[in-house]
Amino acid sequence: MIKLVALVPLFPLLGFIITGLFGKSLSKTFAGIVASGAILLSFIVSLLLFIQLNEAGDNVSHTVKLFDWISAGKFSADLSLLIDPLSSVFLLVITGVGFLIHVYSTGYMHDDEGHNKFFSYLNLFVFFMLLLVLGSNYLVMFVGWEGVGLCSYLLIGFWFKNTNYNNAAKKAFIMNRIGDLGFLLGIFLIYVTFGSVSYDEVFAQAKFYTADEPVLIAITLLLFIGAMGKSAQLPLYTWLPDAMAGPTPVSALIHAATMVTAGIYMIARSNILYTLAPVSLHVVALIGVITAVFAATIGLLQNDIKKVLAYSTVSQLGYMFLALGLGAYTSAVFHVITHAFFKALLFLGAGSVIHAMGGEQDIRKMGGLKSHLPTTFATFLIGTIAISGIPPLAGFFSKDEILAHAFAHNKIFWLLGVGGSVLTAFYMFRLLFLTFYGKFRGTHHQEEHLHESPKSITIPLVVLAALAVLGGLIGLPEAFHAKHLLKAFLSPVFAASDIRMLPAEITHATEYALMALAIVIVFVVVLLARNKYVIKGELPVADGVALSPISKLIANKYYVDEIYDALIVKPLHWISGIFYRVMDIQMVDGFVNFIGKSVVWSSGVLRLAQTGKIGYYVFVMVLSVALLLLYISI
Amino acid sequence: MLTAILIALPFVAGLLVITKGGEQSKRIALIASLIELVIVGIMLSQFQLNAESQFVFNYPWIPSLGINFHVAVDGISMLMLLLTAGLTPLIIYSSFGHQYSKPQNFYGLILLMQMALIGVFTALDGFLFYIFWELALIPIYFICLLWGGENRAKITFKFFLYTMVGSLFMLVALIYLYQQTPGSHSFDISALYAAGQALDLNAQRGVFWGLFLAFAIKMPIFPLHTWQPDTYTVAPTQGTMLLSGIMLKMGIYGAIRWLLPMVPEGVAAYANLAMVLAIIGIIYASLIAWVQTDMKRLIAYSSIAHVGLIAAGVFSLNEQGVSGAVFQMLSHGINVFALFFIADMIEQRTKTRLMSQLGGVRTIAPKFATFFMIIMMGSVALPLTNGFPGEFLLLNGVYQTSGMYALFAGITIILGAVYMLSAYQKSMLGEISAATENFEEPKAHESHILWICAGLVVLMGVYPKPLFKIAEPAIQQLLSMVN
Repeated sequence: MIKLVALVPLFPLLGFIITGLFGKSLSKTFAGIVASGAILLSFIVSLLLFIQLNEAGDNVSHTVKLFDWISAGKFSADLSLLIDPLSSVFLLVITGVGFLIHVYSTGYMHDDEGHNKFFSYLNLFVFFMLLLVLGSNYLVMFVGWEGVGLCSYLLIGFWFKNTNYNNAAKKAFIMNRIGDLGFLLGIFLIYVTFGSVSYDEVFAQAKFYTADEPVLIAITLLLFIGAMGKSAQLPLYTWLPDAMAGPTPVSALIHAATMVTAGIYMIARSNILYTLAPVSLHVVALIGVITAVFAATIGLLQNDIKKVLAYSTVSQLGYMFLALGLGAYTSAVFHVITHAFFKALLFLGAGSVIHAMGGEQDIRKMGGLKSHLPTTFATFLIGTIAISGIPPLAGFFSKDEILAHAFAHNKIFWLLGVGGSVLTAFYMFRLLFLTFYGKFRGTHHQEEHLHESPKSITIPLVVLAALAVLGGLIGLPEAFHAKHLLKAFLSPVFAASDIRMLPAEITHATEYALMALAIVIVFVVVLLARNKYVIKGELPVADGVALSPISKLIANKYYVDEIYDALIVKPLHWISGIFYRVMDIQMVDGFVNFIGKSVVWSSGVLRLAQTGKIGYYVFVMVLSVALLLLYISI
Repeated sequence: MLTAILIALPFVAGLLVITKGGEQSKRIALIASLIELVIVGIMLSQFQLNAESQFVFNYPWIPSLGINFHVAVDGISMLMLLLTAGLTPLIIYSSFGHQYSKPQNFYGLILLMQMALIGVFTALDGFLFYIFWELALIPIYFICLLWGGENRAKITFKFFLYTMVGSLFMLVALIYLYQQTPGSHSFDISALYAAGQALDLNAQRGVFWGLFLAFAIKMPIFPLHTWQPDTYTVAPTQGTMLLSGIMLKMGIYGAIRWLLPMVPEGVAAYANLAMVLAIIGIIYASLIAWVQTDMKRLIAYSSIAHVGLIAAGVFSLNEQGVSGAVFQMLSHGINVFALFFIADMIEQRTKTRLMSQLGGVRTIAPKFATFFMIIMMGSVALPLTNGFPGEFLLLNGVYQTSGMYALFAGITIILGAVYMLSAYQKSMLGEISAATENFEEPKAHESHILWICAGLVVLMGVYPKPLFKIAEPAIQQLLSMVN
């Protein structure tokens, strides 16, 4: 039964091969069914595996070896798969949400000429994503890691006639590769330290290390650089907002629900290494919480519906890293799950809006869509409530759990975390109100064509909305005297870390108080937003209107892209030109030519060599060999 | 015996083509090179997975001087034979879209070149090695000189002279070692090894430089590389493919077989320097590749960067580094061949190599663009492509020497993506340009080649193990002499 795990990535791979190789001759309907069906089959197998693991008791980690992959000397890495509670949870999210997004795409991409190609890329992505979470060693994780990067590149630049989109795709790939270099160096250090890159050997040995040994700090920080790239944390986050150039289902699947959570998976998987390196944990928490707040502030003034959600994703990922950094690994995974539900929902909802608006993404030109798109509105509202942390929806429980941990460990992190959630509630309700409330602000032509999306789009929305409502049930807080199902299920994975973590419990009374506080604040914020955008009907200013200095700074995303461009890209390009034109051509080659010319000048004989006659060269060759033989025999 | 046949066949076939080939030259050459590939296939099937030299052919040539015609195949040579015998028919086939003047000479020279290359990769006699080494230069020189592009006389002459000078250093070093051999002297590799290893440190240092210069120029390693971009650019496409796909591997192979075990102490003294130069070359050449406007020249610089990493791996002197290097020689051979083929297809269709004049090809010729994408992914070493296993092991090997070196060498994975993706974007994506508006999808023979290359890119990336297994015992034995 466990061997079936190989089927999970196999189905999407087959789907990719079928839709990729024969895409031209397949009908759109058939390609859509093949691609979606492949993911559905993977989901069913994942579900069976999950059930089996759930019943297995302690015996919950199984490795299935496929074949030897790379080996040289003492280094060897198999292509083998590991199924345990952690990978099982990710499998369910990837294939479950993935399937819904595939179904959605059959509607969303229906009129696109690249329809079949789109599905082949999407299947390939799921294959690599599954490999990423299923690998039983760091090298296989790296395979998936870079593979999803490729698919992300292909899908961001899916509409490849647009130069901006192509630039966005290229930027995503390159920025991820910066992180990947860190990951790669981390793998080397792991190999040098432990003599292996497979999880079981590395973690078994790591347990004998004392906390904060430099090598563990180095390994964990190097891996974290990889996570920063893939999961869009400061300072490597700027590719993610640009990645919104891709079709909206891509943003939902890759750039919200799955790929960008790979960094969280990586750290959760390596939890014992991080637990033994508290310094690194602190760095992770710090980067996480700063990113959470930083990105949330940018979200306040964005006017592109997808960009708001993109910055929101960066911010939410920051919360997950905060949880990891606090050693609350389960809470991070919990937030990955709930976030996958509500953020996929929000993106797909945004897609439905964009679809109805004929491609318009600027929320200043929307408004009043509530009555035209009732299902989209209702589900988007649920997503907004969930992400804002309003009970009893999913986001409330997972975010609250993270904040409770923060409160127990570090009051400043907690304060920042609460601040971030205030901002989140504000920008999300701003988005909701500007899009769905008030009067329609688009063109007359658009208004005539406003329509609710087809079933293939709305059904996934409804299913995800249900998950966003109920998802929190898998992690009810202890303060409610309920069983934290996720924690129980994942406990074998984090057992070694849990016994080493200082217990930082807070009393139930405190937890109730914190919850109440968070809820009250969020409600106040929602009312403020409502007052501003619904009752007063304010609109974000048009482009080109002067802003206050702070607003200007935020609206321009703190000029981070411009700073990177001015400090890194432009100087590097300039220096490359100097290397080429001055150093290579004039200096290095100039020196070579100088030597050559001096020799030629000083011996006129050599000039004869330029005659270009074959006979002459052969003669010289024979002569030199003869001379050589003569010399040796003497 | 098979080894000798392997050398004799392209020689005979080459002469035959030159004298009798006429208009049928390309077909005869293709058939000859395919027969050669079949023989290599037979050898592969008989090859024993151990460190022994197999298929030994050892006959006295100039007995008074201790020179033997000694050729044999071990695991490392086996892979080089696969590369040479596998790539030569592809190179010949890739020319089917061209009409070269005097085809009998063109294809005859390619076969003669193959003869010399096979000789270099199998020779176990220092003198024989040198002869083949120099012989390899002559056909390629004429290929570049007679069928090359603008300014070819000057550029090819420089190339000829530059590499010739390097070879002379090697010759001096080999003769010096020869004279250190006991008794009536011998050029046999084991005698030279023994003589070299017995030398004192200073002498070893001297010999190191003699050999290293020859190999470093051939690869080429920074700062000895300036002959390369011009030569690659001006040579006819098949010449560029021979140079970059196979010939530069002579330098790397030479370093592994004729330098590392020859003067281990000399190598130990300068390995660090060699690595630093190689790593500087990686970053330097990658950055320069980024600002190129001519596609062929971009690939030429990217090749310097890739070879820099291979060289760094070789001089890390550990099994990961050397295994990675041997594997990467194959992968790089395929990928650089395919890239130059793609550049050639683009040039033939659009009459330009300037990427600024291209664009939009993916719209009109999606199949072509997809092949280019797959090859490019191999080139930027995406996992599960053939570029990855080698690059991973190379960087791993370098890391064991120094984490800092690995950090700088590893920048290649970033910069490689920068220049390749930029080139892809400029040439394939965006809007159609005047030059690309009639871009055709691959014709039959082009399609065959692209399928083969793309297939190898994926196959070698997914299941590289057999290739590692072939070379492993030989590499272990060789390194046991070094450390």
